[in-house]
Amino acid sequence: MPTATKMRFGIVVFPGSNCETDTWHALRDGMGAQADYIWHEDTDISGCDCIILPGGFSYGDYLRTGAVARFSPVMGAVSDFAARGGLVLGICNGFQILLEAGLLPGAMMRNVGQTFVCRWVNVRVETTDTPYTRALAKGAVLRIPIAHGEGNYYADEATLQELRRNDQIVFRYCTAAGEVTPEANPNGSLENIAGLCNRERNVMGMMPHPERCTDALLGSADGRGIWESLLGGR
Amino acid sequence: MAKARVIITLKRTIMDAQGQTVEKALSKLGYQGVRNLRIGKYLEMDLDGGPREELRMQVEEMCRRLLANPIIEDYRVEIED
Repeated sequence: MPTATKMRFGIVVFPGSNCETDTWHALRDGMGAQADYIWHEDTDISGCDCIILPGGFSYGDYLRTGAVARFSPVMGAVSDFAARGGLVLGICNGFQILLEAGLLPGAMMRNVGQTFVCRWVNVRVETTDTPYTRALAKGAVLRIPIAHGEGNYYADEATLQELRRNDQIVFRYCTAAGEVTPEANPNGSLENIAGLCNRERNVMGMMPHPERCTDALLGSADGRGIWESLLGGR
Repeated sequence: MAKARVIITLKRTIMDAQGQTVEKALSKLGYQGVRNLRIGKYLEMDLDGGPREELRMQVEEMCRRLLANPIIEDYRVEIED
């Protein structure tokens, strides 16, 4: 794993992505890391240490969120990269794309309240055994923004048990005090799940936006813990 | 030329919050006895001709690969000559 300043992020830009610049800014200006954009039609992602699928509305969210983007040419390379153990982080729409692509288990449904929810939430760090959370403390509460209409995570009972058994649930929506309650759940997500990783732990999806809280000027710098985990090396 | 119609709904085992909301609204309008209202998607497409069963298999494959998400959705395909 390269050192912090050498680590190179590749941020995939789909038609309709809209958080790629925020992500680029957070990584470059906020963290001093290297980050480049990758157009979704490119299939060469070599040289990247971590691929980020950013937030937005790829392909206008037509049909289902992420359903069309998962067939973009770049996704074949992303799947191969993930299969070789490469780090792949999906944020918001990026999480939805990872689910549609089958790189993470389960599916995303419309928020239970039927509305787009754009606000600050708290999430609890459920595991630090991932490259994305190892610099954080287990049980730590992050104040972090969400902005989505389809964040209602669903998985069948067998999949949910797998997730629990393998410690794949990374973040849960919670109160400021760190309690996981129905009231703290902004979208009806199963078991308040806000983020999860694959069994191999190199692919993670999360609905909250760490790139929107990398600088205290924006109201919270809690997103930094995720970048610091990645940049800290294995 | 054949026409295919695809109806996609959330699986029965999954709560359809939108459907429930509309069902309640109907009840408030005085329509009693409405149960299990489900909201889904309707797609139609023209297909170059071919044996009906082959077309059906083709559209069902489309459903599995793209049109529906089998984790949360069921689909129904109708082919009409």
